[in-house]
Amino acid sequence: MITLNPLRWGKQYDSLDFNDVVHFDTGEPIARIGTVGGGIVGRDMRVAHKAREALLEVPTNELLQMCRKAAELFEKETLPVGDSQQTVDDFIHQQSASTGLPEHMCRSNMTKNSFVLSNMEQILDCLTRGLDLSILSNGYGEEGRGVTVSYQAQTPILGAILPNNSPGVHTLWLPAIPMQIGLALKPGSQEPWTPYRMVSAFIEAGVPSAAFGLYPGGHDAGGAIMAKTARSMIFGSAQTVAQHAGNPKVQPHGPGFSKILLGDDIVDDWEMFLDVMVESVLSNSGRSCINCSGIWASRHTKEIAAAIAERIGPVDVRPPSDPDAQLAAFTVPAMATGTHAMVQQDLAESGVTDMTAEYGEKLIEREHCAYLRPMVVHADSPDRGVASKEYMFPFVSVVECPQEQMLSRIGTTLVGTVITSDEKFIQDASRCVDIDRLNIGPLPTNRLNWLQPHEGNIIEFLFANRAYQIAPMPAAANV
Amino acid sequence: MSLVGDTPAPIDPQVQAAADQALDQLNEHTLKTVHWHFSEDTGSPFWLEKKAELNFDPLKDVQSFDDLKKFPLFEDEWLRGGPIRRWVPKGHAEKPVYVFETGGTTGIPKSRMVIEDHWKDYELFSDTLPDEYFPKGANWLMLGPSGPRRLRLAVEHLAQHRGGICFCIDLDPRWVVKLIKKGWMDHLEEYKKHCIDQAVTILTAGHDVQCMFATPKLLESLGDALEEKGTSLAEVGIKGIFSGGTEFTPQWTRFAVEELLGGPPEEGGVFMTPTYGNTLMGLACSKPISAADGYKISYYAPQPRAVTEVVQFDDYNVKVGYGETGRVKLYTLTDEFFVPGFMERDEGEREQPFETYPWDGVSGVRPFHELASATTVGVY
Repeated sequence: MITLNPLRWGKQYDSLDFNDVVHFDTGEPIARIGTVGGGIVGRDMRVAHKAREALLEVPTNELLQMCRKAAELFEKETLPVGDSQQTVDDFIHQQSASTGLPEHMCRSNMTKNSFVLSNMEQILDCLTRGLDLSILSNGYGEEGRGVTVSYQAQTPILGAILPNNSPGVHTLWLPAIPMQIGLALKPGSQEPWTPYRMVSAFIEAGVPSAAFGLYPGGHDAGGAIMAKTARSMIFGSAQTVAQHAGNPKVQPHGPGFSKILLGDDIVDDWEMFLDVMVESVLSNSGRSCINCSGIWASRHTKEIAAAIAERIGPVDVRPPSDPDAQLAAFTVPAMATGTHAMVQQDLAESGVTDMTAEYGEKLIEREHCAYLRPMVVHADSPDRGVASKEYMFPFVSVVECPQEQMLSRIGTTLVGTVITSDEKFIQDASRCVDIDRLNIGPLPTNRLNWLQPHEGNIIEFLFANRAYQIAPMPAAANV
Repeated sequence: MSLVGDTPAPIDPQVQAAADQALDQLNEHTLKTVHWHFSEDTGSPFWLEKKAELNFDPLKDVQSFDDLKKFPLFEDEWLRGGPIRRWVPKGHAEKPVYVFETGGTTGIPKSRMVIEDHWKDYELFSDTLPDEYFPKGANWLMLGPSGPRRLRLAVEHLAQHRGGICFCIDLDPRWVVKLIKKGWMDHLEEYKKHCIDQAVTILTAGHDVQCMFATPKLLESLGDALEEKGTSLAEVGIKGIFSGGTEFTPQWTRFAVEELLGGPPEEGGVFMTPTYGNTLMGLACSKPISAADGYKISYYAPQPRAVTEVVQFDDYNVKVGYGETGRVKLYTLTDEFFVPGFMERDEGEREQPFETYPWDGVSGVRPFHELASATTVGVY
């Protein structure tokens, strides 16, 4: 069994407290993680500036090369992780076993993380809108039109309270390293694999180990990271997001409530966009914030819902190693039973129809885990409660709503795919402040263009754009 | 953490002899206590009423400590609500009575009446403290829960018993629990800071405070706050600390000794001892802890006034073997309060007697696994 110890600015710490990571289906331990309390984290945060100092010793262009190397190591090579040498297959098996994600989805998340790392130069170019990275490194520089610009790092390190079961989101903290900002990560208790392997890949690629802190532990450890770092990100529920809303020190990531809006001009041809809708709902077992949870149209909504239900309703539980497995397990069975109960409440409302009812039982309970099979629900109005729901399995509500009301009724939407050629609708969608990432045309919500800014642009989070003036010193003053 | 599979070392014959003697004392003490609590002229209204419900006569059928298993388990719900007088033994009817509370974040708190038990517990504990690090006459700081909890008055008495004066801070753990449940973590940090500010003010005001009680979390925060001011616990004069609670784990002890206190006492100058206690039992002391022993923490109840057992999860009347894991069961046997078997919200491993405490101990104390998810740990 692999043992993962905390990492304190590059130094392994032999913890005396351990948590077991168990197989989602058998309950068998597959790893043990040494944990730390808030006291240790707090003390390490006092010297966090050393992490940035170590990174500032390495020029940005070299860090970018190291990122490319780390991407290759992460995706293809055997790496030292914890007290073991971890092959790629080990990583996939371990991640699948503890999170319940089918193995092919673990591979696909691995590829996604690796892609971001290997394309870091272009991604930073995009996120900074072409800024010379030496300006971030030096704190100021020449923008190219005779103007001095300055970006002030707001923190020596980025803290992150990482999620348990969404390996794809690790892409969000990866850019910190080439921007010479250290990392203090609290790995998820069920998904320590990506942060541990990624940090190992970075270190093997030559990034100073002093830049990394890995602090597995309870709420106490996470709380200390958030309390003692000037910038941190956290992944959690809608309540977590609400709790940190408006706090400039914290970037919360929660449910996405991503949606597809079908314009009146194309809705009669909705069948042309069925593949886009199905992929948006079903990919990654519906777990991501970029999965579509609502499809809005002014007519044909029952037919649309029925057609999606016909495609995803029959999807059933398969072994995690099956390349056709589409469903991830709920490793905490109570989460599945609780979610199922909430959906039943949604269905009790008048005007709400379960379009997948004929495809069999939705809640599949096993000894150590549970599954929820895909559901498509029709809502005859945006007034129905289910129109604003999002769950951690393939679940979508198809909502009937006049086009002119859509943008004012959809609410918070991380990814909005607006399928239309109606210029007015496109213009209105572009101006809608409820949509973060906007796709115009038939783009599945789950497909990201990494050369576009993603939610909560990390540059804007970690650096402040400020005034910086330089005047030559009078000669007498230099005497 | 179970040591099942390891064969525990045989108990030293001298320790076994002392353990046999301690059991004789416990049996004798049990008889005396049961007779006190179930006699019409000295017993409490609660136990005299309860006697009528029992299918045995405590005055005749309890001949040894083991006979306490004839009683049903003590239910902490009995402590919620009044009248509090029903717990006062008639034999102490004329004495002033304290009420100490525990719980109370939701619903009615559990109340325990006390006359002098908290003083006696801490006087016994005082005898275990090394004078080198807890100098007689030194002043104390009590950095823990205040209000209707026992700890403040108990620590204050400990300080006075040792010839010192105790300074206290104001801390309401029920508010802390509410802050956690509401997710108001910024408020939590501010409240913690408010408490630590009080402590720093006292420690830097020339009061010659050399000893203190602190919960693990507050001790961490205090150490941090002092370091931010460019000083340390040792530099402001602290020599001896006692701390307590289920958060007092080997890992935390290692952190505290190695990083917070600057090393073991001979290097860092500060001695820290763990304790485990509650409003029902009093205070269990720890076997001396050391790095060589993996910072293992083993607690020993102040027998015969209180007893802890580690019992099987599926049969609370059967003790587990030495080194094995079970749930902590406690008994309180004083002339003020009688608890014939109460299931603690903790589990741990059964430990062997040793020279200082020749009776069973418990190590690795942590929240009982079946209740752990419902427990808000780390309140203060």
